[in-house]
Amino acid sequence: MAAISLTVNGKKLSVDVDPKTPLLWVLREHLNLVGTKFGCGMAQCGACTVHLGDAAVRSCSLPVSAVGSQSVTTIEGLSAAGDHPVQKAWLELDVAQCGYCQTGQIMSAAALLKRKPQPTDADIESAMNGNICRCGTYLRIRAAIQKAASISKP
Amino acid sequence: MTQVKNTMNRRSFLKVSSLTGGGMLLSFNWFAGYAALPGGLPDPVKEWMELNSYIKITKAGEVLLMSPNPEFGSNVKTSMPMILADELDIDWKQVVVEQADFYPERFDRQFTGGSQGIRSGWKPLRKAGATARQMLVNAAAQTWNVPAGEITTEAGMLMHVASGKKAGYGEMAALAATLPVPKEVRTKAIKDFDIIGRSQKNVEGENIVMGKPLFGMDFQREGMVMAMVVHPPSFGMKLGAIQNAAEVKKMPGVKEVFTIQTLKDDYERNGFDTTSWTELVVIAGSTTWELMQAKKALKVQWEKAQDTQVVVNGWGGKKTVTIPAGLESSEGHLAAMQARAKQPARVLRKDGDPEAAFARAAKILERTYTCPFLAHNCMEPVNCFADVRSDRAEIYGPTQAPDLIRNTLAARLGLPKEKIQVNLARMGGGFGLRAYGHHMVEAAVISQHLQLPVKMIYTREDDMTYGIYRPAYMATYRAALDEKGQLIALHINGGGVPESPIHENRFPAGAVDNYLAEGWEIDSNITIGAFRAPRSNFNAAAEQSFLDELAELMGKDPIDFRLDLLARAKKNPVGKNNDYDADRYAGVLELVREKSGWGKTTPGVHRGVSAYFCHNSYVAEVVDMVMKNGKPWVQKVHAAVDCGIVINPDAAANMCEGAIVDAIGNAFYGELPFKEGAPQKNNFHNYRMIRNGEAPKSIEVHFVQNEKDPTGLGEPPFPPMFAAVANALYKATKKRYYKQPFAV
Repeated sequence: MAAISLTVNGKKLSVDVDPKTPLLWVLREHLNLVGTKFGCGMAQCGACTVHLGDAAVRSCSLPVSAVGSQSVTTIEGLSAAGDHPVQKAWLELDVAQCGYCQTGQIMSAAALLKRKPQPTDADIESAMNGNICRCGTYLRIRAAIQKAASISKP
Repeated sequence: MTQVKNTMNRRSFLKVSSLTGGGMLLSFNWFAGYAALPGGLPDPVKEWMELNSYIKITKAGEVLLMSPNPEFGSNVKTSMPMILADELDIDWKQVVVEQADFYPERFDRQFTGGSQGIRSGWKPLRKAGATARQMLVNAAAQTWNVPAGEITTEAGMLMHVASGKKAGYGEMAALAATLPVPKEVRTKAIKDFDIIGRSQKNVEGENIVMGKPLFGMDFQREGMVMAMVVHPPSFGMKLGAIQNAAEVKKMPGVKEVFTIQTLKDDYERNGFDTTSWTELVVIAGSTTWELMQAKKALKVQWEKAQDTQVVVNGWGGKKTVTIPAGLESSEGHLAAMQARAKQPARVLRKDGDPEAAFARAAKILERTYTCPFLAHNCMEPVNCFADVRSDRAEIYGPTQAPDLIRNTLAARLGLPKEKIQVNLARMGGGFGLRAYGHHMVEAAVISQHLQLPVKMIYTREDDMTYGIYRPAYMATYRAALDEKGQLIALHINGGGVPESPIHENRFPAGAVDNYLAEGWEIDSNITIGAFRAPRSNFNAAAEQSFLDELAELMGKDPIDFRLDLLARAKKNPVGKNNDYDADRYAGVLELVREKSGWGKTTPGVHRGVSAYFCHNSYVAEVVDMVMKNGKPWVQKVHAAVDCGIVINPDAAANMCEGAIVDAIGNAFYGELPFKEGAPQKNNFHNYRMIRNGEAPKSIEVHFVQNEKDPTGLGEPPFPPMFAAVANALYKATKKRYYKQPFAV
């Protein structure tokens, strides 16, 4: 056990955990931020995607000790009222079926748009291939990303 | 308008009562609709009469609708209340939808599965909505002293045009609650629907995109401990002894290491009590991560299991089932199926004289199709919360069948059924898996052992290797052609591990003079269960691939060939019990032919077609395949769907798109092989799932516009895709694909 300092959704806080604990479980079980989902535990499905700085990372395979001073953003911190352009586009196109993977999909999409505000189909494919949707909502996910890009277009 | 009765077997399916604070509560039975199904109302009738849903109208005019069906992504939580709201004549924006969580006595017989949600809810929901509306009208008639027939309703308002009187529903709700429930009510004419048939957004959409705690996995309770189970590594193995319990117990965060027995040896199982292992090791403690480390450190001695007898009282009646000993492999399964297929089989249906027809055939086409075991791989791994006390139990978790599991829990925990509350979490996928409640029994037994509230979580590996899979199947199709090249006989012989897939009364039964369908089974200790369109998901693949090859041999266009068979089945059907409507079947083929522009050729685009009927709905699909980076890729899909009236068109299209993507993934990649009883894949690094870039560029879903009562949709678009892919692959590669997954 060790006291680890983190910045999560803009808040500085400290958790007392085994430093090897993946960020996912710190978020879910120590900080009660359950919007970040457990899917596979080996960075293969993307359900646990959060932002480390501006980059999308799989929190299930990232030891909390490796976070350091980088800020962590989870779905709960993406927007206060669920009105990030990606979230709005997701609602507009009614993307979700079961909904379990969607927070991870949204976090991957938001990181892509931050890096590349007007992504090509190939950009979307490579950014989103790490996120499995068992319900098969991939077409709407792609369309929603294009929609979000058009919402945020200056 | 249609006049409908509110009583059945002399019992009302509706009850009205007052809400505190003034308002009305109309309770009703969701499943009264089953009376409309062939075969009528299942036994015992009285249980089905329980009131299991409600409409609440408060004095302030708020309308709350209860959605009792568990939600796993088919959007019933939105579409079912839409039906109620339309008949009630309210503005959809006024409606609040609640999930039936905390009414254990009332909300019996909840089940999501078999694409039956909308189909069974359609009539009772319409009746309930229309009844509530009529009672509000009656209350207004009494208050205003005008005939009820002169009162009209619109968007939650009551109006009497002649006198200019107007009132909101809320104003009349308190009085309506004291009036008798009308014996008969009028439901709307289809043309008057103003919510049904217009796309409405998912009522849970915002909660989903904001990551609110909707799922069993997200549930927390003060003082709860976490638990994980360790199950045998192979089917055919069982628990021997834990070798290092004391050592593991000393690990950080670990509280207890112990074994449990989930079902007692003499317990009479119901059809959904499928359990791969009744004896498991449990590690309980503070956090999931710590328990995962403890699981890795745990040493358990496993033993080979002997033949085991269990009593199962399912829909086929009570029988003793032997779970055979042995460590099975996929290679062994294939060899056993090939050998078994040569032995005499059970005749499921016979029309004409197939033996004689084959004997005089000028040409015979014979092809054998196989498919492997599949894991459901819901994105939310299996989990459940349980708080079992000496006198009651509370369960919260993902389940498609909360009622069935209450019976099991009552028997196992030694508690009366009414003291067991099963609360429904939104499910992170279901696909059939969550009809089986072993996880709920495990969590409950762990909680009872620890005398603490417990949340049990499976790792992905636990989830994928626990069992309850889509079975492995094999089917051989044989067709006999006479010297003129006409189809004179069809023979289908199919079986599987451990069940036969054959639906003997499905098309092309009824369209061929001489027809024989046979089935067989091979025992296995690997547990199986429902998987999106059970059996159909294989039959459609085999049958529709075979018809494609047969059409080619006969020199016919594959759509024309199917339409010819359907015309025959309509005009002069062979045999009895043909379970499909030839017109509706032909209708989807004609629609997909038109919408896809079938017949035109585009360089580099390879087309395949397939159609199937299951869960009372008809679907035809055309695949456009191209080569992408040297690999075949389904670029576009046209689907034509006849599921009767479509309640929520955009959500329905979404589900069809998803089913099509799911089928493409399973056709190319889905496979769970076994060796020495052990599943050879255990997580997404080796179990390949379809990913974003592999899904088609576009999917067009076209619904047949008709006024038929709605039928299933969660499953029907799934089965036909396998053959549409195989038939397009043939065009692309000049090779036929008989073995799933298609190795290209």
